[in-house]
Amino acid sequence: MSEYKAQDFKFGQPRWCPGCGDHAFLGALHKAMSEIGVAPHQTAVISGIGCSSRLPYYMNTYGFHTIHGRAAAIATGAKVANPDLTVWQISGDGDGLAIGGNHFIHAVRRNIDLNMILLNNRIYGLTKGQYSPTSVRGFVSKSSPYGTVEDPFRPAELCFGARGNFFARCVATDMNAAVECLKAAAQHKGASVTEVLQNCVIFNNGTHESVYTKEGRMKNAIYLEHGKPMLFGPEKEYGLAQEGFGLKVVKLGENGVSEKEILVHDAHCSDPTLHLKLALMEGPDFPVALGIIRDVEAPTYNDSVHAQVEEIKGKKNYHNFAELLETNETWEIK
Amino acid sequence: MFTTFVAHRLITYNKLQYNLQTHYFDHIMAEKEMKQTIDQVIVRFSGDSGDGMQLAGNIFSTISATVGNDICTFPDYPADIRAPQGVLTGVSGFQVHIGADKVYTPGDKCDVLVAMNPAALKTQYKYCKPTSAIIIDTDSFTAKDLEKAEYKTDDPIKELGITCEVVPSPITSMCIETLKDSGMDNKSMVRCKNMLALGLVCWLFDRDLSLAEGMLRAKFAKKPEIAEANIKVLRAGYDMGHNTHASISHTYSINSKPKAKGKYMDINGNKATAYGLMAAAEKAGMTLFLGSYPITPATDILHELAKHKSMGVITMQAEDEIAGCASAVGAAYAGALACTSTSGPGICLKSEAINLAVITELPLVIIDVQRGGPSTGLPTKSEQTDLLQALFGRNGESPIPVIAATSPTDCFESAYLAAKIAVEHMTPVILLSDAFIANGSASWKLPDLNDYPEIKPNYVTPDMVEGWTPYKRNPETLVRYWAVPGTPGFTHRIGGLEKSNETGAISNSPENHHLMVEQRQEKVERIANTLPPLKVEGDEDADLLIVGFGGTYGHLREAMLQMRAEGKKVAHAHFNVINPLPRGTQETLARYSKVVVAEQNMGQFAGYLRMKTNGINIRQYNEVKGQPFNIATLVDSFTKIMEE
Repeated sequence: MSEYKAQDFKFGQPRWCPGCGDHAFLGALHKAMSEIGVAPHQTAVISGIGCSSRLPYYMNTYGFHTIHGRAAAIATGAKVANPDLTVWQISGDGDGLAIGGNHFIHAVRRNIDLNMILLNNRIYGLTKGQYSPTSVRGFVSKSSPYGTVEDPFRPAELCFGARGNFFARCVATDMNAAVECLKAAAQHKGASVTEVLQNCVIFNNGTHESVYTKEGRMKNAIYLEHGKPMLFGPEKEYGLAQEGFGLKVVKLGENGVSEKEILVHDAHCSDPTLHLKLALMEGPDFPVALGIIRDVEAPTYNDSVHAQVEEIKGKKNYHNFAELLETNETWEIK
Repeated sequence: MFTTFVAHRLITYNKLQYNLQTHYFDHIMAEKEMKQTIDQVIVRFSGDSGDGMQLAGNIFSTISATVGNDICTFPDYPADIRAPQGVLTGVSGFQVHIGADKVYTPGDKCDVLVAMNPAALKTQYKYCKPTSAIIIDTDSFTAKDLEKAEYKTDDPIKELGITCEVVPSPITSMCIETLKDSGMDNKSMVRCKNMLALGLVCWLFDRDLSLAEGMLRAKFAKKPEIAEANIKVLRAGYDMGHNTHASISHTYSINSKPKAKGKYMDINGNKATAYGLMAAAEKAGMTLFLGSYPITPATDILHELAKHKSMGVITMQAEDEIAGCASAVGAAYAGALACTSTSGPGICLKSEAINLAVITELPLVIIDVQRGGPSTGLPTKSEQTDLLQALFGRNGESPIPVIAATSPTDCFESAYLAAKIAVEHMTPVILLSDAFIANGSASWKLPDLNDYPEIKPNYVTPDMVEGWTPYKRNPETLVRYWAVPGTPGFTHRIGGLEKSNETGAISNSPENHHLMVEQRQEKVERIANTLPPLKVEGDEDADLLIVGFGGTYGHLREAMLQMRAEGKKVAHAHFNVINPLPRGTQETLARYSKVVVAEQNMGQFAGYLRMKTNGINIRQYNEVKGQPFNIATLVDSFTKIMEE
């Protein structure tokens, strides 16, 4: 049992718009941290720029509100330099995937032990409503008055393309599921990416409408749990089965479909192919996958860096500056 | 014949030198051998970039330093990794100035030029003077070689109008002859020809081959057969010099003057920078972190630090320049002595993250090994054109201490100072180096860290817990106290938004912003109180004060000394710390009737000094060629200014 309460992680008064998904997510994060049990002073929350990146100001931990897009790189340096810290990196879709896209993929590739949170509202809110790299094609915004003519990133695809070993997805207002995702992300050693589907009431209201309410999720989402069959629907009457190289939605009892045909979720499978298929599902033909989609152990960058330092300390015979000097070819004037 | 040529030329040269510069040399007559002792010499090795000229030059410099000479080297290599063989753009040069006394520059023009092919002869001849001797490899002067080097006639000597003595020497064929029984293929044999040239030069200057042999064995420790082949050729070169003379022999022994007792090594500026950072981390009791991205001519700092994991050094090759600096800011936030190394184009990309360290007042050392610009510019050449970028190249009022290393060995002192200022004053510090001092090397007396000042990070102490806020400052230095994440009781939030004075809460207040701007500025200015005042070398009552900064120290000092030797009253003030300016800058500059700022840019430091001083008529000498200053040109220009 953790000795902490959610209150121990709260600081200040959030200033997001009323109804912003960030409020709900912040509550989930406070609760998750209290259950994870790492002391506030051993926790660093590092963000970039954007509405959601204000989050560190509302944490009673060490917090660092940095610069646009660089949170992943800054968090990487902090974790490598001080691996005892539990480091959370908070970014929005613009911060993490547009200006910070390069740092995002490289942090994932290196598998640095960061809890990377991607608050995805598919819009630039702080600059008052421009399309983001996750906005759907044709999206009308102030900077795309006639609709965008480009396709969005799908964060999971980017994560797996960068050889990501952890990907989870939750809805900001879905407290319990969000807390479970955040706890799993924290427990995962290595880079973990949690995509938080989040509404922007002002500039992109309803962007995740199909899954934003409990009722909506009942119909349009599937909660994936490791080791459990992939069932969804109000009565768990639907399931996911394999068809050729793809997935299909089946209804139990219809056309002789039994639970035997339903896929059982394996978050720990090292092959990411099926994880990607699950993560890319979208309506109306498929449910949106929520929960821990992929969670695979792999060597972390920070552990490997420090293990190499220890290994070389054992192999080389110089460990301080005076000894270093002696490794050079020298001559003596007497 | 060969020896006679060289010996003859060198005698002539030394007599001229003697007459012109009052340099002295002794004639020592051995029973059967004439060995002349000289005080200094400049040798330039040149050839195709694949010819191993850097190695030959390095070995020659190091063995000279080992026997007690002072050295200063200048590797002058092309931007192409390997241009087509024999073409003009592929020529690689290495110049070394060897002296009995302290030498401060690699020298203007050389006394001996080794030119391994026609392209080298064509491009390097400009570094010769009428008294120089040029050793050429006759085997590489075929019609085809001449064509590659774009000669129009079949007589390169005449075509170039070479008036100094040329010493034709069959370097490649002698090399092959030496190795014919080695079982090596032709290509491998030819690859050893740089050692034949080195052997020849070693003979000429009476250098002990055993030192060179030791270096070759160490370099090729994993391939002993290659080491032995190189040594065989090296000896053959030496013997070729020795044997081809008949009855007379003029070789040269370079004097060495007594130096401070102790151990010495040869070090270049990039390595010295890396060493300075490691020394500072040890002294401060901090983990050294380097976030970096490969860029010429700074990459060797990353290479060097990456080697020393046994000292606990952490290096991270980041995904880009931005992340190199951003990861360092993160490491600084987490309590490391954090550094990032780059060159000018990288500074452009890092400036945003540097500014985050300015406003959050985190310690960070940014190393800019300057090269020719703008844009990709001249990646392998040297300039001082990033000064204003370092001082002002960020948005907002963004004061940063700027230090400029003055020589290869001073890179150690300057890196140590940069780290000390960063952690003691909670500020990013930019350390300016340049391609010239980064790649140039000099002999260096091994430092004893006990002689260096303490480095005390401005940490919070447990008794501060009550009422502590992140922007409370030491009233004397205005430095905020550092609570490293992980410290119980000091959780807090910092960031790039303007902060309320003391509390660190986000603030939009106009008065508060003005106050914070002033405090950040004042904090940097007060650093001058901890540093020595401006020093002047030369005549107290000089008619001309030469002013410079950074890597031009040796050239400006040399120019000043030569002018004084001509009876002129000249002084030299050289800036190592540029922001804050050393105490006494205004008073010192105002003392002289004429002040000239000489720099390798269009007047950046001159302009900065005009901004920071009053009523001083600052003249300028500017040259932006990507090459070190030429002392003779400096002397001419300064003399003209004096005569104005």
